[in-house]
Amino acid sequence: MNRPLRRMSAALMVLFALLLLNANWLQTVQAGSLNQRPGNARVLLQQYSNERGPILVAGDSIARSVETKGEFKYLREYPDKALYAQLTGYFSLFDKTGLERSENSVLAGTDDRLFIRRAIDLLTGKDRQGGAVQLTVDPAAQRAATKGLRDVGGKGAVVALDPRTGAILAMQSAPSYDPNPLAAHSSRAVQEAYDTLNEDPDKPLRNRAAAEIYPPGSTFKLVTAAAALSSGRYTADGVVPGQAVLDLPQTTADLRNENRRACADGTPTLTEALRYSCNTSFGAIGLDLGDDALREQAGKFGFGRDDIEVGIPSATSRFPAELNAPQTAQSAIGQYDVAATPLQMAMVAAAIANGGKVMQPYLVDRLLAPDLSQLDRAEPEELDTAVTPQVATALTSMMVDVVENGTGRNAQIDGVSVAGKTGTAQVGEGRDPHAWFVSFAPAEDPEVAVAVLVENGAGNTEISGGQLAAPIARSVMQAVLGSAS
Amino acid sequence: MSATTLTPQATPSRRGAELLLLVLGGVVFMGAYAAVGLSMYGELPANLSTYGAFLAVLLLGAHLVVRRFAPYADPVLLPAVGMLNGLGLALIHRLDLADVDRTEQARGALPSGDALSQLTWMAVGVVLFALVLIFVRDHRVLQRYTYTAMVVGIGLLLLPLVPGLGVEIRGARIWIRALGFSFQPGELAKLVLMVFFAGYLVVKRDVLALASRRVLGIDLPRGRDLGPLIVVFGASLAILVFEKDLGTSVLFFGSFVMLLYVATQRRSWLLLGALLVLVGGWAAYEAFGHVQIRVNTWLHPFDYEDSGYQLQQAMFGLAAGGILGTGLGQGRPDLVPVAKSDFIVAALGEELGLTGLMAVLLLYGIVVERGLRTAIASRDAFGKLLAAGLSFILAIQVFVVVGGVTRLIPLTGLTTPFLSYGGSSLVVNWAIIALLLRMSDAARRPAPPPSRATPTAAQAVARP
Repeated sequence: MNRPLRRMSAALMVLFALLLLNANWLQTVQAGSLNQRPGNARVLLQQYSNERGPILVAGDSIARSVETKGEFKYLREYPDKALYAQLTGYFSLFDKTGLERSENSVLAGTDDRLFIRRAIDLLTGKDRQGGAVQLTVDPAAQRAATKGLRDVGGKGAVVALDPRTGAILAMQSAPSYDPNPLAAHSSRAVQEAYDTLNEDPDKPLRNRAAAEIYPPGSTFKLVTAAAALSSGRYTADGVVPGQAVLDLPQTTADLRNENRRACADGTPTLTEALRYSCNTSFGAIGLDLGDDALREQAGKFGFGRDDIEVGIPSATSRFPAELNAPQTAQSAIGQYDVAATPLQMAMVAAAIANGGKVMQPYLVDRLLAPDLSQLDRAEPEELDTAVTPQVATALTSMMVDVVENGTGRNAQIDGVSVAGKTGTAQVGEGRDPHAWFVSFAPAEDPEVAVAVLVENGAGNTEISGGQLAAPIARSVMQAVLGSAS
Repeated sequence: MSATTLTPQATPSRRGAELLLLVLGGVVFMGAYAAVGLSMYGELPANLSTYGAFLAVLLLGAHLVVRRFAPYADPVLLPAVGMLNGLGLALIHRLDLADVDRTEQARGALPSGDALSQLTWMAVGVVLFALVLIFVRDHRVLQRYTYTAMVVGIGLLLLPLVPGLGVEIRGARIWIRALGFSFQPGELAKLVLMVFFAGYLVVKRDVLALASRRVLGIDLPRGRDLGPLIVVFGASLAILVFEKDLGTSVLFFGSFVMLLYVATQRRSWLLLGALLVLVGGWAAYEAFGHVQIRVNTWLHPFDYEDSGYQLQQAMFGLAAGGILGTGLGQGRPDLVPVAKSDFIVAALGEELGLTGLMAVLLLYGIVVERGLRTAIASRDAFGKLLAAGLSFILAIQVFVVVGGVTRLIPLTGLTTPFLSYGGSSLVVNWAIIALLLRMSDAARRPAPPPSRATPTAAQAVARP
């Protein structure tokens, strides 16, 4: 009977081999997708059972984990509520957004850079602890931006950059939201809070500063002016067309100035055209340069790039392809299909401030291990060169002129020269235009560049970038300059 | 077989090796138990030493009984099952802690809950183990009870169907409850019926092997010889239909067919058996909702919210464990329903990872291999069949349970030998190991003095 016994042994060993192979398959190859699977509460519980690292701004935790009793060991808290919600996002039972999502591996402590520490924790039996993420944000600027948007009411966004590095000093979107209810441990409470926010017609969950695009209106004239100066065919003091009405070729439509009058008696210099934000002048310049030149210039400032990654969802700004003449003229003044995020317009101002060099914007300054030793530090990175230093200097003095003598007077700061540009972007018949302001200061040695957008003029009767947006930009710049000194 | 078996004089008793391996198993248990305490409360369990001492007394007692009553028995079996049992205790203890919601009250009163009752059952099992070794001095006496075993075995299987005695738990009617105790008679029936199968086939194997007709190139047994096969097939179907116990049904029929093949050396029995399994399986699938649910849940575990939940959770657990596991006490094995009994493999794979799961599977592989080696080395046909049958049911249980939990095959409710929480299964499995040790002692024992058995006779017995 030994031969069938040996065969039976072999058959049983084959069965065991199948078990081993299947276990290997399941626990290595399939494990990844199973762990990602919706409805897998286990990974979530695991996330809550370890102390998640904090998100820091100037040494303070703007997101932190506190120990609680109950099935979930730690609760995620956002002590500043809505102030930083657009940056941190939230860490909920169902989802992670913002930096909570993009920096999850460090915060959760699963990042490869934490591997050695994790191995030591494993041996000593310590619970895994997450690392910290330190942001570039200046809390004074963030508060100023928030207050400015709240004072004007309605919806809008502010982005402040350090033009020399690309570091984001402030980023706020209004209305914002309190992420704390979304991080609650009761799934029903989380769902209710989410539904309320999601169904809010003002869309507080959307980050208008980086993830929404708007017609940039007259602030785009900076790009057109940059293209004009770069072409060598225009100078700051050279005369440009400035009639009251620009007849658009191939169409019955006209391009008019805001006040329906000629620009500076009809023969403005480029500086004057920018000072008064003359539509006919920049429309004509756009026609003269052609859409390709405008598109190329916009691209150098970052339009059309999808690699501008700051760790939170961002939209790609665009300058449309294939334009006919009237569309080109419209696009040259930031209308038609041109669309930009406030972040993009802040980058335009920052590039001019930085001698033409566009810096990659970034939000995360350092990654820290649980013991606060440094894991990584952001290196400022040049994205592109938008204009030559000479063109940048010329644009800067034109922008200073806008604030000193033109539409941007509301951005003036005592003792500091401010460079700026207003914008009032039409968004279609019957709807109030968006108010824009982009600026930087001090003009001679810029430390901060700011873009402000107030959607649909926040319902005010007097809607213009100078009226609504410039004061907000000023307070943000003051906050940065004040906290720097 | 190796020369060792043919010249039994050379066989060392290897009791020292057994003791060493037992100590190693004890260390594994103590380590696991301490790890649970450390990771969940940051301190060593207060009763680590008493708990460990109790286990040590049990296993050392078992060792001494083997040393005294089966000195030539296989030295690996006892330590292997001791280690599995100890690991199971640590896992059940860990799941106990999850049950009490990790509150302060858990810290003082340990061992508690199911781990304590499992330890009690283990003590009963080890006592039974000792009693079997002490009183069954020669396994061949069991052959006398062939037909008694048949009656008792079938009686045990039917017991849960007795009104008032049997209870239905989670859809399967395989339990009896009396005098405050519940018991799964099917577990004991495994052992008893294996005695019947072995005894019956020893007598009938020549008839079953020789008388046949050749059909389509296959030697088929005569119609009247098919009787026993049909009876066991029917009984298995009956278990499936009336007790809704897919696992036991597969186990019985599978082991009977396998032993038929071993006894007669005719592959036609395997073919017939496979055919009957296909027919029976198809009929059962068509006729019974619970079989269909099992199969569909297996194929699409995520499409079935309710019936697939347990399997989903098990797979999530195994995936969360990954290669190295979360560490004892650091996963959430309690999310899998019935983690202590049917799904303890999921808890193992989550907290000890693929590594731990493979180690345990290899341990089972060793137990089965040792059992089969005993069967091959046995000098009598009854011993061969009984050892093979007992090893086979251990192997099939492991395959069916682990395969079910890891979604290799459809899920059938069976316990994982020695690891799962469950008194009946644990006690009976200890008795099974005692019988295997008894037979391996007989197989490895030096031959009696030459005056009573010539070397040629010994060789003749050992030859297949």
